Amino acid sequence: MVDLSINFAGIQTPNPFWLASAPPTDKAYNVERAFRAGWGGAIWKTLGEDPPIVNTASRYGAISYKGLRVAGFNNIELITDRPLQVNLDEITSVKRRWPKRAVVVSLMVPCTEDSWKNILRRVEGTNADGVELNFGCPHGMSERGMGAAVGQVPDYVEMVTRWCKQHTRMPVIVKLTPNVTSILPPARAAVKGGADALSLINTINSIVSIDLDLMAPEPTVDGKGTHGGYCGPAVKPIALHMAAEIARDPDCHNIPVSAIGGIETWRDAAEFMALGARSVQVCTAAMHYGFKIVDDMIDGLERWMEKSRYDRIEDFRGRAVKNVTDWQHLNLNYKTVAEIDQDLCIKCGLCHIVCEDTSHQAVAALRNDGRRRYQVIESECVGCNLCMHVCPVEGCITMKPVDTGKPALDWTRHPNNPLRQAAE
Amino acid sequence: MTQTPEIKHEGPDIVSGRLAASRYAENFADIHPPLAREQALVEANRCYFCYDAPCIEACPTGIDIPGFIKKIATDNVAGAGMRILEANIFGGACARVCPTEILCEGACVRAAQEGDPIAIGRLQRYATDPILARASHPFARGAPTGKRIAVVGGGPAGLSCAHRLAQLGHQVAVFEARPRLGGLNEYGVAEYKVPDRFARREVDFILGIGGIEAHANQALGRDVSLAQLRQDYDAVFLGMGLAGVKALECEGESLPGVANAVDYIAQLRSAEDLARLPVGRRVVVIGGGNTAIDIAVQTRRLGADEVTLVYRRGPEMMGATSHEQEFAQVNGVTIRHWAKPIRLRAEAGHVAAAEFETTRIEEGKLVGTGAAFSLPADMVFKAIGQSFIADPLETDRLDALELRHGKIEVDDQFRTTVRGVWAGGDCVARGLDLTVEAVEQGKRAAHSIDAALKG
Ligand SMILES: Cc1cc2nc3c(=O)[nH]c(=O)nc-3n(C[C@H](O)[C@H](O)[C@H](O)COP(=O)(O)OP(=O)(O)OC[C@H]3O[C@@H](n4cnc5c(N)ncnc54)[C@H](O)[C@@H]3O)c2cc1C
Ligand SMILES: Cc1cc2nc3c(=O)[nH]c(=O)nc-3n(C[C@H](O)[C@H](O)[C@H](O)COP(=O)(O)O)c2cc1C
Ligand code: SF4
Repeated sequence: MVDLSINFAGIQTPNPFWLASAPPTDKAYNVERAFRAGWGGAIWKTLGEDPPIVNTASRYGAISYKGLRVAGFNNIELITDRPLQVNLDEITSVKRRWPKRAVVVSLMVPCTEDSWKNILRRVEGTNADGVELNFGCPHGMSERGMGAAVGQVPDYVEMVTRWCKQHTRMPVIVKLTPNVTSILPPARAAVKGGADALSLINTINSIVSIDLDLMAPEPTVDGKGTHGGYCGPAVKPIALHMAAEIARDPDCHNIPVSAIGGIETWRDAAEFMALGARSVQVCTAAMHYGFKIVDDMIDGLERWMEKSRYDRIEDFRGRAVKNVTDWQHLNLNYKTVAEIDQDLCIKCGLCHIVCEDTSHQAVAALRNDGRRRYQVIESECVGCNLCMHVCPVEGCITMKPVDTGKPALDWTRHPNNPLRQAAE
Repeated sequence: MTQTPEIKHEGPDIVSGRLAASRYAENFADIHPPLAREQALVEANRCYFCYDAPCIEACPTGIDIPGFIKKIATDNVAGAGMRILEANIFGGACARVCPTEILCEGACVRAAQEGDPIAIGRLQRYATDPILARASHPFARGAPTGKRIAVVGGGPAGLSCAHRLAQLGHQVAVFEARPRLGGLNEYGVAEYKVPDRFARREVDFILGIGGIEAHANQALGRDVSLAQLRQDYDAVFLGMGLAGVKALECEGESLPGVANAVDYIAQLRSAEDLARLPVGRRVVVIGGGNTAIDIAVQTRRLGADEVTLVYRRGPEMMGATSHEQEFAQVNGVTIRHWAKPIRLRAEAGHVAAAEFETTRIEEGKLVGTGAAFSLPADMVFKAIGQSFIADPLETDRLDALELRHGKIEVDDQFRTTVRGVWAGGDCVARGLDLTVEAVEQGKRAAHSIDAALKG
């Protein structure tokens, strides 16, 4: 029997699928609908000090890619625009009605100890399961010295984390911004400050598009626009990389991680878990389809785990970490060549033209009695995968390993490397 | 064999206005309405942008299909439309009338992959409609060459040739026997493929390039002669289509109530008000090509109760594509295979029934089985094919003009056997009898004429 329940830094939830701090978790009405749909937890939309912030009309931008709506999503919204006490009362009542689901409160206040101390005291009274420090919001709040403006400076991250650990008994999750050159300095700073867990990523600085009639960025507010935070399916690769960096880092690899960024399916979630995540958070996918998507996330993950003979998430969590390495340790004697299944080929010719124009001239375009035939020239193929990726037919082009008879050899020992380590 | 009880009539039941007035507009509206932008984008983005694309090869006019579809996908609709019209000035008509399932869409790799090709025809319409709606003509004429060319026939072949010649800087005179230009786009193709007088708008668009004088009601062999045209012009192009209709060669063929499908369709296409066009209650159509399908469906849509199409062989041998056969069946046409007409019977001097003998193949030959059946009919339509009528060419006086299989013989440059005379479209012994093929042949002939006159 598969058991999806998790213990995340002391927070127990029936499944690892949480809603990220964002509009889906803005008020009791939404969060209760989410819990009814099956979500294991919710990070409440970020709270701040009164008076509440004010939002613009026209808040979201999106990338449609070839008819696929919301392949990437961006927003210029700020934190909650409702008074603090209204939120706290709702959090209290939701937690009372849903004791088995996680209710974590996201926070963002000015960078003074008193501000954090005061808000933490008020959150304590709600019986929430934990707090998440929003060091990530890349627009608006950062201009006021909060959000990403804190998250980008490791010393501030450490300082604020330490304050929070001092002033609350609740687990403290630090949410990191991806708008840094390396995720490790802020992640290590959070660990040093005593964080109980990390969550990542928040949104990425972005302008989704320029309206060429208005000559202004979108979303456009009365003729002008500003950069916003990018999220949704397009950002998943960036989030996966950052999760892997943290999982491989000796200072960070033990801290619980809640992964965020482009997660829409059970498979996305499983990938982050294979890189060490204990829970996942979702925003865009819920904003695109509604809360019901969690149904297949749960069901799909259960079935995949059953098939793979994993009873608990812990059984596969972090299993891919050891296979993430540095380029210099990859085996340069490993060889593959493309193979085209002629029965599946529909003769679109893309494998030929991309290899011919942009790669290694390794796919021949032939005509036999007028009939098209695309054929790999194995001696020219470098095993780059390009043809396989552009082929529109699933499984038609595969990369098959070729036995070169040579022992594994990486760059550190390669004769072309002037700095190579001498063979023992 | 089902025996239909004989019902006695006071003459044939042929009347107009069988339907409520509003139904005519519905029944003859566009069968494929235009795509909205959202639909077009989704469809365009399904295109793989193939290298050496099979669809291009399958289009007789060689339109750069992946190229124009990519432009639609980037919202460069005008660029897409021009890419089409550069290769095929009748891109608008072709988008509506081409049997795409046996042309571009039949070759689409997505058809091989998943049985669902890109809707190339509908995208072609999406791209060309805005250009046809523009006030100005998008192609410029080349520097005047001072050469004058006569084009006989204002159908797709003739007008495609005329347009390309005008573009190359020549002066063109089109002689058309009928009151209107357009050929079968105007008088033949099914109304619901080209509704709202589309053919006329397209002719106006094509003539918009300038340098083409149109002479309507001028027939070769009646008002002008080939000899005269050869004398007065630097070159002549013949695009006269097929004026003849093949005979059934059975008793009763000339009875009142028996008509050529193409003639009735021409009447339908020219009608100001379809509610005033008389149609029989029971219609029998003899033939198996697209003309047979078209007359059967259109009489059904005019309100005929029972329309039966009878073909002498099996479904796979029909000239009509399987797509067209299905379309007829969906429209309530009964298709009966393996039967040939033996007699059309009259009552009170008007056709009242068609008698058939069932057939089968014996030693590779089609033979009658001896079993017969009769279908009561108020109207019988002959749709067993058209033929070329060579009389206007006065070949007796110009014996150098050779025919092959009853059509004009041309070489691969569409030159006839007479110097200075080119021909293309249905009237020549080359290619399929399709609009798109006629357009290509007219275009190729224009380039051949241009090369000859400049050479
Ligand atoms: C009922 C019917 C439906 C069809 N439906 C389709 C379809 O859906 N899709 C498709 O691709 N094809 C269809 N076709 C075939 C298509 O219409 C023809 O292949 C195409 O029109 C041929 O073009 P053309 O210019 O050669 O001939 P036409 O279109 O026949 O034009 C010839 C022109 O020459 C004129 N002419 C004839 N004799 C003389 C003369 N002596 N002097 C001066 N002018 C003369 C005629 O009046 C006519 O205007 C259909 C044909 C028919 C009969
Ligand atoms: C409209 C919108 C508002 C958001 N507001 C917040 C917020 O108040 N606090 C926060 O920590 N993250 C906020 N986020 C970021 C999300 O919580 C999440 O980190 C990000 O969207 C990546 O996840 P996704 O790809 O599943 O959307 C917001 C995202 C969106 C789209
Ligand atoms: S002209 Fe006809 S065959 Fe050619 S691309 Fe257009 S629809 Fe297809």
